[in-house]
Amino acid sequence: MRDVAIVAFAQTRHTDHDTGLSEHELIHPVISEVKERTGLRRFGFTCSGSCDYLAGAPFSFVSALDALAAWPPISESHVEMDGAWALYEAWVRLQHGDIDSALVYGFGKSSLGDLRTIMTLQLDPYYLAPLGLDQLSYAALQAAAVGADRQELDEIVRRSRADGRSNPYAFDLPDLSDKEDFAVQPLTKTDVPPITDGAAAIVLAAGDLATELCDRPAYIRGIAHRTEPHYLGLRDLARSASAADAARAAGVGKGPVEVAELHAQFPHEEIILRRALELGGDTVINPSGGPLAANPVMATGLIRLGEAARRIHDGTASRTVAHAASGPCLQQNLVTVLEA
Amino acid sequence: MGNRCAVIGVGQTHYTTKRRDVSIAGLVREAALRALEDAGLTFKDIDAVVIGKAPDLFEGVMMPEAYLADALGAAGKPMMRVHTAGSVGGSTALVGASLIQGGVHERVLVVAFEKQSESNATWALSTHLPFSASLVVGAGGYFAPHIREYMRRSGAPGHIGTLVAVKDRLNALKNPYAHLKIPGIDQKMVESTPMLWEPIRYLETCPSSDGACAMVLASESAATGTPAWVHGTAMRSEPIFRAGRDTVSPQAGKDCAADVYRQAGIADPRRQIDVAEVYVPFSWYEPMWLENLGFAAEGEGWKLTESGATALDGDTPWNASGGVLSSNPIGASGLIRFAEAALQVRGMAGEHQVDGARTALGHAYGGGAQFFAMWIVGREKP
Repeated sequence: MRDVAIVAFAQTRHTDHDTGLSEHELIHPVISEVKERTGLRRFGFTCSGSCDYLAGAPFSFVSALDALAAWPPISESHVEMDGAWALYEAWVRLQHGDIDSALVYGFGKSSLGDLRTIMTLQLDPYYLAPLGLDQLSYAALQAAAVGADRQELDEIVRRSRADGRSNPYAFDLPDLSDKEDFAVQPLTKTDVPPITDGAAAIVLAAGDLATELCDRPAYIRGIAHRTEPHYLGLRDLARSASAADAARAAGVGKGPVEVAELHAQFPHEEIILRRALELGGDTVINPSGGPLAANPVMATGLIRLGEAARRIHDGTASRTVAHAASGPCLQQNLVTVLEA
Repeated sequence: MGNRCAVIGVGQTHYTTKRRDVSIAGLVREAALRALEDAGLTFKDIDAVVIGKAPDLFEGVMMPEAYLADALGAAGKPMMRVHTAGSVGGSTALVGASLIQGGVHERVLVVAFEKQSESNATWALSTHLPFSASLVVGAGGYFAPHIREYMRRSGAPGHIGTLVAVKDRLNALKNPYAHLKIPGIDQKMVESTPMLWEPIRYLETCPSSDGACAMVLASESAATGTPAWVHGTAMRSEPIFRAGRDTVSPQAGKDCAADVYRQAGIADPRRQIDVAEVYVPFSWYEPMWLENLGFAAEGEGWKLTESGATALDGDTPWNASGGVLSSNPIGASGLIRFAEAALQVRGMAGEHQVDGARTALGHAYGGGAQFFAMWIVGREKP
């Protein structure tokens, strides 16, 4: 495959409430930032990820084009998925060999609605959604299947919040108290990711352009994604076969992993993903704080790619892994291996 | 444009107002199984699935690719969901083709659908984003002023729209999958129907359909049967609110056509393209797109329509299948255009086959006439 690298990454200072910015106003600064950093005004391809149901209106991605200043018209596409899949589409497009750069972005404002209930609408509309199984309830089913020790879960949340406090883009969430209330048993309220508005953008470059634009490009050495059956009863919820398959296809095990940024919205998901990706104890997990410290839905997966790339850009790591997820209980997983 | 890509299977459902006998999963699976049967393959032979549809509000299912993974045999495989407004069916084909052209996969299943009977599309199209003005007009209300501006600029006589409505509906009578089949359709019948959005009458607009369309795409080494070869692919988008953009003949449409023609070596589309499947949801978009796509000079598109050149027996047939005016499962409508173009060059279009078709255009547009997706397919390898 052609060498393609992440050469620039920008994200918003995420907020836990609606600041009054429209989605395109949210995107504009991060697009400008990656344009400035790379000096590129035009890209060979542009792809974005977002979800209409967060805004409660169709075509939430349409006005984003105004934020891009897409004139003259651009070669562009959109996935109704996390921006990480938009990055995958752009990576595929760069494999054709006729273009060398791509702009990718993802955005979402989950403050506008009741995310927990909205997520019910992604379930089978005939047999599952009418049951009213909401996001926290199905996550709790998975947490129960994992059966992790409360201490282990709390430790993940404590670490994520501490890391988040030193990440200027994530939230300053307090440390855990001695006893936290349950949200949906066995999930405590602190196991639940914060409601977040935010956006992120990444620039991909291929060939010589990558080294021209970035001192230490984060090369995509492997990228793969897999889905699995939708119905929770058809899966072993304690493990993630699709994440394990994607990790094998991306080649995670071909070398040591210094840092892994995982799209684990709940602490039990981190346990499942560590096992699926076969990450050892020496891998630093979510040094950014991860989704438990800031979770701008539809950009959270893309931010994992950006954060994993950032460790290579700043020279603190030479081989990192980024993971993104979609669907109820980690139904779909995308794994990327980045190398200096 | 990377490695060679071929269409080796096409599957469609019979388009209709309400498919009460199947779920959404049943609908997409029906199209997918027909495409696999056409290709002589099963789900086991497929490396990845790409699914497209218009806004999720149309069925009230958020990110339905999660729910549809099982029905499309995607478990254990990569699956992606594309959404580029009305052009999404075309974009879905292009994302699938890109996976082959980029050398990532050998065989990709692309599927697009809409089950409009699950909801009300005009309502779903009329809600507005917070902090922005609501037009509350649906698609017809949005596009009617652009059509009136076309008429003003070109001086086209008022009956041109009815000619397209009659022509496409006559073609639909020859297409077993078409939704609207109106025996005895003529200009008088179209003119007798109510005015919905001046100048668009009831029979000059597309129906609301339930339906799905699927294609199996393959690399050169995995191609079987009678392939249609992809000769060019292009997408273009422009901002909806840009002051000074021409909504009658958008620059993105012109640029997209120029890109796809360059790849396919087409200098004179009217002579070199044997049949075109173009996204015409309102009758007047045929003359407008004839100009935008370079089949006619500016202001001359309506004359081509009036002369009968775009009829099935004309010298440049447009929408031999009956087009979007005859079947409109919105998210699938673009993919149907791309699939019908492939059927034509494979010589498998049945009663609406254009004799000797070797090169065909598939076209889709969406949003405020700002998103464009196109491909050129041919009988011979590029």
